[in-house]
Amino acid sequence: MNDRDLPAGLTALDRPNSYIGRSVARPNLARLTQGRGQYVSDVVLPRMAHAAFVRSPHAHARIKQINTDAAKRVPGVIAVVTGAELATVCTPWVGVLTHLKGLKSAPQHAVAVERACWQGEAVVAVVARTRALAEDAAELVEVEYEELPAVTDAETALDKATPVIHPDLGDNLTFERTLDAGQVDKALNESDAVVETTFLFGRHTGVTNEPRAAVADWNEGAQRLTVHHGTQAPHMMQNIFAKHLGLAEHQVRVVTNDVGGSFGIKVHVYADEMATVALSKLLKRPVKYVADRIESFVTDIHARDHRVKARIGVTKDGRITAFEIDDLTGIGPYSVYPRTSGIEANQIVNLVGGPYACPNYRARARVVFQNKNVMCQYRAVGHPIATAVTEGLVELAAAKIGIDPVEVRRKNLIADEAYPCGSAAGLKFEKLSHHASLDKLIAMMDYDRLRRDQAAARARGIHRGIGFAAFIEVTNPSAAFYGVGGARISSQDGATVRLDAQGAVICHTGVTEQGQGSEAVIAQVVATSFGVPLDRVRVITGDTDNTPYGGGTWASRAAGIGGEAAWQAGKALRANVLAVAASILQAEPKALDIRAAAVVDADTGRERIGLDEVARIAYFRPDTLPPGFQAELMATRHYVPRAWPFAFTNGIQASHLEVDTDTGFVTLLDHWVVEDCGTVINPQLVDEQIRGGVVQGIGAALFEHCLYDAQGQLLNGNMADYLVPMAAEMPDIQVGHVVTPTGDSEIGAKGAGEAGTAGAPGAVMNAVNDALRPLGARSITVMPITPGVVLQALGKSE
Amino acid sequence: MTAHEITLTVNGEEVREAVEPRTTLVDFLRDTLGLTGSHVGCEHGVCGACSVRLDGAVVRGCLTLAVQCDGHKVETIEGASDSGAIADLQEAFRTRNALQCGYCTPAMLLTAAELLAGGGVPSRAAIREHLSGNYCRCTGYHAIIDAVEAVARVRAGATS
Amino acid sequence: MKPAPFDYARARSVEHAVELLGREGARVLAGGQSLIATLNMRLSHPSLLVDINEVTGLDRIARRNGHIEIGALVRHVQAERSAEIAQTAPLVARALPHIGHPAIRNRGTIGGSIAFADPAAELPACLLALDGEVEIAGPAGKRTVKADDFFQGLFETALGPRDVLIAIRLPAATHDTRVGFAELARRHGDYAMVGLAAAARANGTKLTDVRLVFFGVGSTPVRARDAEAALAAGDLEAGVKALARNLDPPDDVQATGAVKKHLAGVLLRRVARQLTEAPQ
Repeated sequence: MNDRDLPAGLTALDRPNSYIGRSVARPNLARLTQGRGQYVSDVVLPRMAHAAFVRSPHAHARIKQINTDAAKRVPGVIAVVTGAELATVCTPWVGVLTHLKGLKSAPQHAVAVERACWQGEAVVAVVARTRALAEDAAELVEVEYEELPAVTDAETALDKATPVIHPDLGDNLTFERTLDAGQVDKALNESDAVVETTFLFGRHTGVTNEPRAAVADWNEGAQRLTVHHGTQAPHMMQNIFAKHLGLAEHQVRVVTNDVGGSFGIKVHVYADEMATVALSKLLKRPVKYVADRIESFVTDIHARDHRVKARIGVTKDGRITAFEIDDLTGIGPYSVYPRTSGIEANQIVNLVGGPYACPNYRARARVVFQNKNVMCQYRAVGHPIATAVTEGLVELAAAKIGIDPVEVRRKNLIADEAYPCGSAAGLKFEKLSHHASLDKLIAMMDYDRLRRDQAAARARGIHRGIGFAAFIEVTNPSAAFYGVGGARISSQDGATVRLDAQGAVICHTGVTEQGQGSEAVIAQVVATSFGVPLDRVRVITGDTDNTPYGGGTWASRAAGIGGEAAWQAGKALRANVLAVAASILQAEPKALDIRAAAVVDADTGRERIGLDEVARIAYFRPDTLPPGFQAELMATRHYVPRAWPFAFTNGIQASHLEVDTDTGFVTLLDHWVVEDCGTVINPQLVDEQIRGGVVQGIGAALFEHCLYDAQGQLLNGNMADYLVPMAAEMPDIQVGHVVTPTGDSEIGAKGAGEAGTAGAPGAVMNAVNDALRPLGARSITVMPITPGVVLQALGKSE
Repeated sequence: MTAHEITLTVNGEEVREAVEPRTTLVDFLRDTLGLTGSHVGCEHGVCGACSVRLDGAVVRGCLTLAVQCDGHKVETIEGASDSGAIADLQEAFRTRNALQCGYCTPAMLLTAAELLAGGGVPSRAAIREHLSGNYCRCTGYHAIIDAVEAVARVRAGATS
Repeated sequence: MKPAPFDYARARSVEHAVELLGREGARVLAGGQSLIATLNMRLSHPSLLVDINEVTGLDRIARRNGHIEIGALVRHVQAERSAEIAQTAPLVARALPHIGHPAIRNRGTIGGSIAFADPAAELPACLLALDGEVEIAGPAGKRTVKADDFFQGLFETALGPRDVLIAIRLPAATHDTRVGFAELARRHGDYAMVGLAAAARANGTKLTDVRLVFFGVGSTPVRARDAEAALAAGDLEAGVKALARNLDPPDDVQATGAVKKHLAGVLLRRVARQLTEAPQ
């Protein structure tokens, strides 16, 4: 069928036997449930050696002397390598982007040279026959340090009295952005109420269940580097390995099979992974490095750690007049390469106030250096903070003027009919559905009944709270995110589909599988656009030698961008195959279609020839095809969003919880999410992305915190003391959808990976405050909300 | 330090190997026997990804030494899969998408299987409590609880 | 991280274990659920691990002479399923489900929990609250140490380097025994921020022999003696106030000392209610 001649009411997605919108199971799950995955930590190569690192115990110290003699004498040790030695193989990098004006950073080495700038920075690399032996030897490396003053408090990082971490940069300011839209002062002056508060967001980290891992294999004979890497962006890493090891990109292959959790942790350049690759080149043999959990806590990027002073103005009748924020964040001693550590603060400036029709908005964000582990982009970059600030302010303002939190949102959320439109921060919205989403949420949670139950419980001395958080989410990023700033991070993605000799379809995609279900979604799209059952599609991901160039997984792009490329490639292959079939059948290609793995008459659906037969003829008896006709049974298409810099999505969450006012403990009772990610390709996978994201957001709200002392020592860098969400404390999560496809692509899919994490912290915080407000408690604007924080708000503990 | 010769049964096969005393059970299974279905997540007993069966009881593979298993029986996800004993649970995880990256899954399955072996249909809270020592960063747990609950219901229905 | 190297020996008997422990830097390996974690993090460097898991006779739960004796190798799961413990040591039965997670309880031992003496752990507090005793085998033979004398400092006990804890003995509960247990942990199975194990004897409407043992509040399980006296005098509020004198919890990563003190008061109120209830 020609897509232009669709019957009324149908879209291009309404193909016969369509898999779009169906919850099919992911093809890789049976394998993973049997323990037959292949994670990088499972990879073993001939002659493979293991790396371990001596890491700085100090937050800031000059490396005066290194003695590796004793370590080198340990039997089984292959090499003990200092930063200076490794720098001969691997050049340093600087994490800046030109479109974040003024962003600056210092060169960072694979292993520290002369100076360690945070507790945990690698100072010496040890390579041995086993990891245990490498650790034995690492214990014998003697490093003489001269401790330097550590800059740990972001609040004083810019003071004149504070030492400058990188003297060449002049000060500790990494990046600053200001924005002033509308007439904020006038709007605040004319408001009936102004709420001003300070939000504190604790530093936390990703804690992927499989730690970061790389097996680097430099083949001196082939002059090729193969890196088995637990990454989200194989092509980006290929470029970076090549660049800093002095190779051409075609000399580097990055292979990514199963990855044990990513969430933005595994999309950055890590010094110890660069060192592993450099060590392989240096030693001409495979080197494996798997971060242990203790190393993960001090080297995996941290995130959040923002102090946001914020104001909102509101009129008596509940109209929001203005937002104002002043954000300060400390990002460690280096801006992380290549995405930089300016993005989270920049996102916060972009996103605060985003769901609301309010033209008056002023913001300042400052990003400063400090001697703690580096911070960078982690799932939902900036969203949880911007959402908690915005929604925290909105509910505080609603409480101050005495109107219901739902009512204040009905009055101020951008009208569903207002699109396309922009935000005060300059974001462009194609089409959002805040009001439809709110209506759906209210119905799902039975809001009025819940409020009645809340009142009844309160009369019994049980204090429950209901909190909301509306949000917008950046998905399907164009080159505006990184490319325009000079980073070689692809926003476009490609898909190649080919017919195999039995009529099945192989699809190679540039997006990657981190567990979110990319393989399933790409398979569904290809099966639908080409016209075969799902079990006749095999998807290949994560190999720079064998997939089209692409960006991988980040910013919720796999389905929306990779999916559209796959859709177009499937269509192109269908046209190519129909050309072959038409030639065999002496029919018009236009009169044919492919359905259920057979070429059929488009009008009647009558089978004309099986795909296996088309493949047989094209591959083995091309002599029977007309002279001059060449079958092309492989097609490639690429896609990048062009009409909009980002496909914004929207949604709203609600949390229902109970606070034990004696102990300060919070028990989560229910959680609801309504999300609009456009076309839903696989409802189950979208729901599970959201549920998983919500729990990561709950972790931020209640549990997770990288605690540092004033000397820059991480105090809780292990899984007993750093509290990740576990099953017993988490609620069931109900998910609903509103569907507003993007018109930028044919499939109309937007992303859904950040939504859960974006909204949950704000919703939980608001629910806690809702529970405590009648008790006269101080508003809580600090995360994580520990029992101590609650008790303090209640005046029960200093 | 002296290596110890140990003889044990792993997934029904007798295995004889020399191990260093410091080698944990999970490292032995993965590195010496190539049974990579058991995963290493924290090496201090909190994440649960290394959990395997020792003499029928689920234990932490990182908090047990291989040398201690001399003369004992170990079963891993590979053995539990091939025997078919948890096929219904694996299928429920697959159809409910109760795993994403899959790293926690083998241990999660063995832990859930131990609860289910007790019979009956445990409450969602009881399932959550039983799985409270198995960390999953991807799913948010809801789908896992659904899958375990569904299997408990089917099994209870089949026996009643 | 991987452990630093050490030697390993399987003890055939308690005497054999004591003999093996004669080597400098040797340590007993029981369930290993705490010890092996510290080895993996290279926080301890024993020269030799003396594995007592194969010693026969240490995994018994037995009632004798008004006491219940729990062998050192009784695993938490075995204790949890024991009708004997449920009946004669209801405080222990209440505490057990709070210890770690099923996989930890499948392997962890009662003796190991007591010998490791984590100040935030449940069982040391129960032992102390029940006025139990510890049976120890050492180079000079067997001896018995009262719980009040056993816990001496942070991870320090009356166990010498060549001693093996072989059993704990608890007075068996009688009709007038009252116990209470509560703990506050951020997540199920975590070490408690604060916990309280309590035992008393009911005498009409009054309580005597009150023993209140807080855990997670210092370097050992801590008896709140003034609060015990106040409870025996029937004055709960005075008991709560007395905690300010009896407890001085240091700050840790989960809570400040002040928060812990407040929570200790909340727990005392809750546990005091339990102490007034006769067993089912």
